[in-house]
Amino acid sequence: MIEVTNYRDNPLIDPHLEIWEWQISVYLFLGGLVAGLMILNGLWRIRDREHETKAITNSAVLWAPVLISLGMFCLWLDLVNKLNVYRFYMTFQIKSPMSWGSWILFLVYPAQILAVAVAKGSDVFGGVLKGLNPLLQILKSITNGREKQIAWLNVVLGVMLGIYTGILLSATAARPLWNTALLGPLFLVSGLSTATAWNMLSRPTKIEHSSLAKWDFSLIITEMFLLLLILIGFLSGTEGHQSAGMLLLGGGFTAVFWIFVIILGLLFPLWLELREMRGHSTPAWVAPALVLLGGLALRFVMVQAGQVSHLPDTELLFGAVGH
Amino acid sequence: MARYGMVIDTHRCVGCHSCVISCFMENSVPEGYKRDWIVEVVSGEFPNFRSEIRSERCNHCDNPPCVFVCPCGASYVEEGTGTVLVHNEKCTGCKACIAACPYDARFINPAGFADKCTFCDHRVKDGLLPGCATTCPTKAINFGDLDQPGSHLHKLMHDRSVKSLKPSAGTGPNVYYLL
Repeated sequence: MIEVTNYRDNPLIDPHLEIWEWQISVYLFLGGLVAGLMILNGLWRIRDREHETKAITNSAVLWAPVLISLGMFCLWLDLVNKLNVYRFYMTFQIKSPMSWGSWILFLVYPAQILAVAVAKGSDVFGGVLKGLNPLLQILKSITNGREKQIAWLNVVLGVMLGIYTGILLSATAARPLWNTALLGPLFLVSGLSTATAWNMLSRPTKIEHSSLAKWDFSLIITEMFLLLLILIGFLSGTEGHQSAGMLLLGGGFTAVFWIFVIILGLLFPLWLELREMRGHSTPAWVAPALVLLGGLALRFVMVQAGQVSHLPDTELLFGAVGH
Repeated sequence: MARYGMVIDTHRCVGCHSCVISCFMENSVPEGYKRDWIVEVVSGEFPNFRSEIRSERCNHCDNPPCVFVCPCGASYVEEGTGTVLVHNEKCTGCKACIAACPYDARFINPAGFADKCTFCDHRVKDGLLPGCATTCPTKAINFGDLDQPGSHLHKLMHDRSVKSLKPSAGTGPNVYYLL
């Protein structure tokens, strides 16, 4: 028998951490989604497939700067001392994933604006944003002939952004649920999958929709494989990792993880996309909407459950044992 | 170059919370928060129980993850003492340091920055002991330079079994407990 009574009761710390709420989950989700949009846009351009596309290389990419701004706004909302936000850009801390992230976010903006500039069509913006088109024409004249370089820049920065959203959590050894090297790749693949879903909802061409469905099918399979590896890693890991894994396999987060992430977010859209590939007709918006819901749920579960997971109170004995 | 640390005698500690109160007074810790705290552990099977009472705080680690994750350089290790401190005015309150600490030793001060034990650096600079070590009525809390050979901390650790908390976290804690 072992009974521990801790008389500390600090707000947001005890009985377990509650420091990061919906703002961080939404920020990580939007970061992954934008990373995916940048990568998809770049890859389609590199492969010279613009003629087939409407959403990937044209309409969806316009959302990237908007979505990342929304994500950064969420991150800002989470800061306790909001006026000190400029401090992120007064230094570069090489060992801090959050410092890397701040500077990556700083760099993705110009890359995204360049990607918008090379989007096809002379008048990309409509409605109230029409006034931006002349500015876009100037950018277009500068970027003319440099489409491939811009595409590569977006792919590289997109991969960095997508992986960073996972490393932000995984570099935290004190929280075993986050402390897996596969979290970066998982969030990158999930980000690509949600970006594919976003494109599928951005009125793609028929050829494009079928390419996106196939692409998303592979991404969902990869994501499930990574999740399986992560769970195997937890169960075969240290005591802390085992109890972290049990949060998703019988513990407090089991229902939400299996229902929203695995069944509704992965298995159901996978089945719908498989049906679509076999020629059955399904409402085109259902699978992508579920993928987006699943991506958001994954971030919510990981951020919240990770704060509950902790290292066990193992103690090292040394010196003259036996006194 | 010193490496400040503590050696806390679990046999002497009676869990009176004097260290908590003195820290509260000395450092104007906001109400409802603690920079140091008491933990009681009862283990064994009837009738052979073992009880341990200890006063815990920031471990002022040699390898402090709270310092590494800080994106603004607000968390730092003080040169010459090894004490882990926070530049309050640089802190954004991003809470990465709180997530990184395996001891949950940090909290957000309602004034808007990450707060924690400082080993009462303002007292130590004046040649005084930290508030908790001064107040402890059973002299369970011993403070000093862990790198000074022959110091009273070394003598204490030489004669008794010693442990640190969560050594598997790889943080190199500088608060030791005598068993």
